[in-house]
Amino acid sequence: MTSLRSTTTSATPVAPTMTPAARGPARPLRSRVLGAVLKNGLLPLLLLAMVTVFAILEPRFLSVDNLTNVGRQSVYLLLITLAQMVLLLCAQLDLSVGATVALTSVVTAMVMSEASGPTPVVILLGVLAGIGIGVLMGLLNAFLVAQLKVPSFMATLGSTSIATGAALMLSKGAPVIGLPLPFLDVFGTGSWLGVPVPVAIAVLFTLVLYGVLYWTSFGRSLFAVGGNQHAAAVAGIRVKAVLVSAFVLCSVLTAIAGVLLTARVASGEATLGSSYVLLSIAAAVLGGTSLFGGEGRLGMVVLGVLFIGILSNGMNLVHVSSYVQQLVIGAVLVLAVAVDRVKATTQ
Amino acid sequence: MTAVAPTAEPGADPVPAALLQVESLGKSFPGVRALDDVDLDVSAGEVHVLLGENGAGKSTLIKILAGVQKATTGRVLVDGRDVEFDTPRQAKALGISTIFQEFSLVPTLTVAENLFLGHLPGTRGLVARHRLPALAREALARVEADIPPGAVVATLPRSAQQLVEIAKGLLGEARLLILDEPTASLGNRESQHLIELVRALAGQGLGIIYITHRLQEIPKVADRVTVLRDGRRIATLPVREAAEGRLVELMTGRSVEDLYPTRQCTPGPARLTVDGLTGPELRDVSIAVHAGEIVGIAGLLGSGKSAVGRSCFGLDPMRTGHVTVSGTPFPRPSPSGALRRGLVYYPSDRRRQGLALNQSLTANITLGSLSAAGAVRWGALNRRQERRVADEYVGRLSVRPSDPGRRTELFSGGNQQKALLARGLIRDAAVHVFDEPTVGIDIGAKADIYQLMADLAEAGKAVLLISSDLAEVLGMADRVYVMHEGQVVAHLIGEEITESAVLTHFFGTSETSTPLPGGASA
Ligand SMILES: Nc1ncnc2c1ncn2[C@@H]1O[C@H](COP(=O)(O)OP(=O)(O)OP(=O)(O)O)[C@@H](O)[C@H]1O
Ligand SMILES: [Mg+2]
Repeated sequence: MTSLRSTTTSATPVAPTMTPAARGPARPLRSRVLGAVLKNGLLPLLLLAMVTVFAILEPRFLSVDNLTNVGRQSVYLLLITLAQMVLLLCAQLDLSVGATVALTSVVTAMVMSEASGPTPVVILLGVLAGIGIGVLMGLLNAFLVAQLKVPSFMATLGSTSIATGAALMLSKGAPVIGLPLPFLDVFGTGSWLGVPVPVAIAVLFTLVLYGVLYWTSFGRSLFAVGGNQHAAAVAGIRVKAVLVSAFVLCSVLTAIAGVLLTARVASGEATLGSSYVLLSIAAAVLGGTSLFGGEGRLGMVVLGVLFIGILSNGMNLVHVSSYVQQLVIGAVLVLAVAVDRVKATTQ
Repeated sequence: MTAVAPTAEPGADPVPAALLQVESLGKSFPGVRALDDVDLDVSAGEVHVLLGENGAGKSTLIKILAGVQKATTGRVLVDGRDVEFDTPRQAKALGISTIFQEFSLVPTLTVAENLFLGHLPGTRGLVARHRLPALAREALARVEADIPPGAVVATLPRSAQQLVEIAKGLLGEARLLILDEPTASLGNRESQHLIELVRALAGQGLGIIYITHRLQEIPKVADRVTVLRDGRRIATLPVREAAEGRLVELMTGRSVEDLYPTRQCTPGPARLTVDGLTGPELRDVSIAVHAGEIVGIAGLLGSGKSAVGRSCFGLDPMRTGHVTVSGTPFPRPSPSGALRRGLVYYPSDRRRQGLALNQSLTANITLGSLSAAGAVRWGALNRRQERRVADEYVGRLSVRPSDPGRRTELFSGGNQQKALLARGLIRDAAVHVFDEPTVGIDIGAKADIYQLMADLAEAGKAVLLISSDLAEVLGMADRVYVMHEGQVVAHLIGEEITESAVLTHFFGTSETSTPLPGGASA
């Protein structure tokens, strides 16, 4: 199209480009790969690369047994990461997930070992008590953050100490044993149609959360509060109610992980779960969840969890020491955040 | 380069010393061609106005010149020499200084700290704090601003903040000053002051690129005008050929005859009444808005006119007073309560109070209005319906690009504003309170928004229009309240609404004083 030129512009021929590298004429493959990376981050590629490497180094890695194992080991982190993600989406953070797991574990085990009655009822009581702890922890954190306006970092750091203290006090520092066997057999090591029960439960909650995040107005409010709390309030969203729900949802999901973990280790332990604080944040951020709220995709977060699960499983298989493992996971996390930042600035 | 004879008067012939030349600049974003083969030149001492609809590519062009974004094609010449730069630092080193559309000061720091942020005086990492105030005062003197250097930026009125930004831009060896909609959130008087300052700076030999949507500023400020449309340069005209009608046609491709729709006002019952409202910024304010009416609130910045809207919506505390919506008392205003009662408020600060920028435009349009859009039942979302409603409003308000699935921050400023309007319009509310609704909106879209307001009134809604744009209040309102220092100082009806009448009361002269004879208008 020709434009009207009513003033003189110099007649210099059109020079090539200011930034030759930015755009070549025909590079469909490269630009398509680049596009996919920009859209989904590096994670899917890294995951693929890692699986390939482990499969080459150790053929057993791809066996059904081992993959089932990865699933079994990852479900706890999956549930807790989903919990963490809910809070990250509304620009909050829960450092008390580990302590919630511990307190849940102790309380569930104590209720189950001390209650009398038919076994199913005892199990139900124990599970409900565990979930109750989740509700309480959620309400405590929510009260501190939404009502008293304590930043979630501080609030959940405080509640970590409270919950850990309570767990140690209740258990007197010793494992709580005497759990009903059916509880361990079903929720710890059981399978259902070949699928480990904990895996089935985690998948179920993942699907439920998917529905909540993307197909309900509550999910929308969550993203909006994380994106801009002021704007959400002005638009008529009841921000406090959303925050309370998010904190409770987070702690309940964590408590469910705590109950399953208790069945897995066959006792109530006040030391359970502390590693999940870092890992859950790591997995969520690896999966592209923003630390500033309002951004994150559930599918990618699941991949983030798988990435960490496979990484530690694979490193175990090829006999990497646990010290080195810790170092690697830390490095991966920092790298993931850095890539995420680069992605954000090139957009 | 030697200084060129300054041209202080607008319209004087431009001096043919191209300080800056831009040749066939192009910029593509995924799915959008923001700039396409754009040429532009700016001489020393010239004020060059960039004009175009929302999303035409003005901000993109200046972001490239500021080194914030990279061009896809084309080249930039400074003093006739080819330059390459892709960081703000490099642009600054070339003497290009940019004041962006969106606020870029650190609100919690003082004026002095903001001015010298990034290059605080001192040696080896130690800040010579004692030298800051004097240096700051010097910098502020250049923009003729009487602002205490120790004041925290957040406590200053918007106009003062704007001057601080300009003072900051002029530090160092600025030769080309770029201003992206500097008057968008200023009142008439502040804008006037700013325009005088811009002319004075041009007189000192600076080249200036000035972006605005306020066409009436052009004769006062410009030497030449370049019009962009859909990323292309449509024309460059000297200011004497740039009559308003011509510019509008070049910008929009159509002529906008009547900006303000003509309307018969037949007021019904009172829909919003405010009685004896007193708060931090208000003293005993009483107003009423009736069904079918458009009521304006005019006043200078800081007169408290925005506080009236915010208080009714529960965003500002109120000490005493009563708010009544559609006949029922509204004792403790809150946003969700107001919306439930049928009172919608459109905030002026879209970035802070309006939009979640990292969400899609759809999500922002339907934020809090999901059920009004019929897109939610029992808490479950009907995403197809949501998208349908978003598309409908994107069409009605001509949002560009018309893809509401994109992240909100990727839309131009004016188009973001339209999303905010869409959100309120979805609700079939009885009362609509607009706070500066057309800030940063292009003239075509302005006409659309005025038509929308007229339609609301026609449909029996009560419309309250709080605005610093006097022309807009004069053109739209059936009744006008004028505010000064937190009080309503005048109430004008019908024929009484004239520019001079409103201006008389702007400075607090009460109803009893006689209006200045004749020449009070600007
Ligand atoms: N980072 C980005 N990614 C994708 N598209 C973008 C990006 N930045 C701008 N755009 C698009 O480029 C076009 C030009 O935007 P620009 O901000 O330059 O408009 P403008 O002329 O300044 O409009 P306004 O008057 O509303 O400020 C718009 O269609 C906008 O949506
Ligand atoms: Mg712009």
